[in-house]
Amino acid sequence: MNAIVEARGLARDYSMGSGAVHALRGVSFDVQRGEFVAIVGPSGCGKSTLLNLLGAVDAPDAGSLTIAGERIDRLNDRDATAFRLRRIGFVFQRFYLMPALSAAENVELPMAEARVTREERRARVQDLLGYVGLAARAGHRPSQLSGGEQQRVAIARALANRPALLLADEPTGELDAATGLEMIDLFRRLNADGTTIVVVTHDAQMAAAASRRIQMRDGAIVGGDAA
Amino acid sequence: MPVRLAMLALFRHPARTLLALLGIAVSAALLLDMVMLASGMRENFKGFLMLRGYQLRVAPKGTLPFDSDATIDSAAALVAAISRLQGVTAVSPILGAQVQTTTTGDSTVTAFTLGIVPDVQGDYEMVRGQDLTDSSSVVANERWLAVTRHTLGDTVTLAVGFDPQLRTVTGERRFVVRGVARFHYIAATQPTLGMRLPVLQQMGGAERRDRASLIMVKAADDSMAEAVRTRIAGLSGRISAISLEGATEAVEQRLGYFKQLALVLGSISLGVGVLLVTTLITIGVNERAGEIAVMRAIGVAKGSIVGQVVMEGIVLTGVGALSGIGIGLVTAQWLEKILSDFPGLPTTFRFFVFQPRDAGLALSLLAAAGFLAGIYPAWRAASLPIAGTLRREAVA
Repeated sequence: MNAIVEARGLARDYSMGSGAVHALRGVSFDVQRGEFVAIVGPSGCGKSTLLNLLGAVDAPDAGSLTIAGERIDRLNDRDATAFRLRRIGFVFQRFYLMPALSAAENVELPMAEARVTREERRARVQDLLGYVGLAARAGHRPSQLSGGEQQRVAIARALANRPALLLADEPTGELDAATGLEMIDLFRRLNADGTTIVVVTHDAQMAAAASRRIQMRDGAIVGGDAA
Repeated sequence: MPVRLAMLALFRHPARTLLALLGIAVSAALLLDMVMLASGMRENFKGFLMLRGYQLRVAPKGTLPFDSDATIDSAAALVAAISRLQGVTAVSPILGAQVQTTTTGDSTVTAFTLGIVPDVQGDYEMVRGQDLTDSSSVVANERWLAVTRHTLGDTVTLAVGFDPQLRTVTGERRFVVRGVARFHYIAATQPTLGMRLPVLQQMGGAERRDRASLIMVKAADDSMAEAVRTRIAGLSGRISAISLEGATEAVEQRLGYFKQLALVLGSISLGVGVLLVTTLITIGVNERAGEIAVMRAIGVAKGSIVGQVVMEGIVLTGVGALSGIGIGLVTAQWLEKILSDFPGLPTTFRFFVFQPRDAGLALSLLAAAGFLAGIYPAWRAASLPIAGTLRREAVA
């Protein structure tokens, strides 16, 4: 195994009113290729901030972050966007599908942005929706799908451009228990098929399903297998 | 994909989009009308002057045709000289005068009367009856017949040079009303007569003997008109030879306020259209802030977001503008009717002339406006902080 994520001394502060909130205080850890890592901790401990840094939607104030061999802590907006498009898959708690697009079109969206040919897009959409068990629902709009189905579409969308790293922020947070278990199974299967996953979660079962857990508190790693 | 997303975004609130389209259509209609008014008058005036193919007007020095009571002396010699110039194919002298006639109710009506040469005249067209068959014939417009209560075939007494203090006239004769004519360059509300030029000159006494108010000249073709104009100008220092362009420019200067009005109203309508589209799309962008942040998070470039939002503006403006052309043409007809009732306007003059070029200009301006209208909301959309917006969405 080799490290796909190398985080060293990551710090991130937010200004709030007259003072500053130290969301991350020198966080360092590695994630190896093919790992399924769960980041756990109480609300406000910096989990989501860390996930945003890993996903290159935010930049650290200090420290270095290398993902898939590329330093991403100082990328400009254009390069960060291109990096997200080709190297990162995002799954959100609230699914965040485009309501006006069908399930298939939602999955197709990142590929269209990446200039993948139409034929290749269509074939990959079929494969991905089949993988998450929604081949028959390709033409449905998000409003016509259940929460679990929407999250499956979101996972298919996240996998569209074959990312090096799949990031998930509370992926079972909006789902009932039974659907949450189905989602955990899907994440296990994804990881077994070779996808590297980092998931931020409060869900004990999801955390238990991960191959490794990182425990955070007050913007720092306080336990688990952190490097 | 940006085009499809733009269309879907617009169809998300059909009622709101429809109302905005109506607003843009009205704005486009007003803009089209103003463009038609601004450029139409010029084009129409050219066509108006060229009704009978006379490209040149010769008027007393420093005046425009029928701009004053000034006349050209030694008209016959000048007409003969112009006729001999190279490239001239027709010369039509015209004398204008006020002519009094008695109505059947014994009141007096003053009519504007043109003395013309029937074979070459370019001032009227016959509506019914006969043209000027002899020296005792006159043609009249409908208005003159209405106010004098005369009919075709009536014999009337006409007088020129009436002096209200001395109660005298310089000339008086009896004529037969042979025909009804429509005078191109005179308002329909103005009682008007036409008679042979020598008759009117004679009735006008010494003041009008061998005089013309205007001489219209036809060149062999339009490309020769300027050369002919120069030759005419060289004939006498007492005359101005005016080309089509010169006359158009002179009239444009006089009607410049119409153009200014058109420019101001057109700019306002364009501004209203821009504000309308900007407001609507900004609202849409604010509503879709979360979606836009997600698109950015999954790797959609700022350029694609900008393209999508600008496309919304262009689609909205384009569809609204196309609808507005129909509304604009209808309102132009309505405005034309109002303006044509303006006192003193010739019957054949039109303010609004539709030209595909005008519609193209209006559409181009609106397309540019749609593009501009999309820039601010597109900039807003592209500048959304991804993490912060997603956090706010999650909290909401």
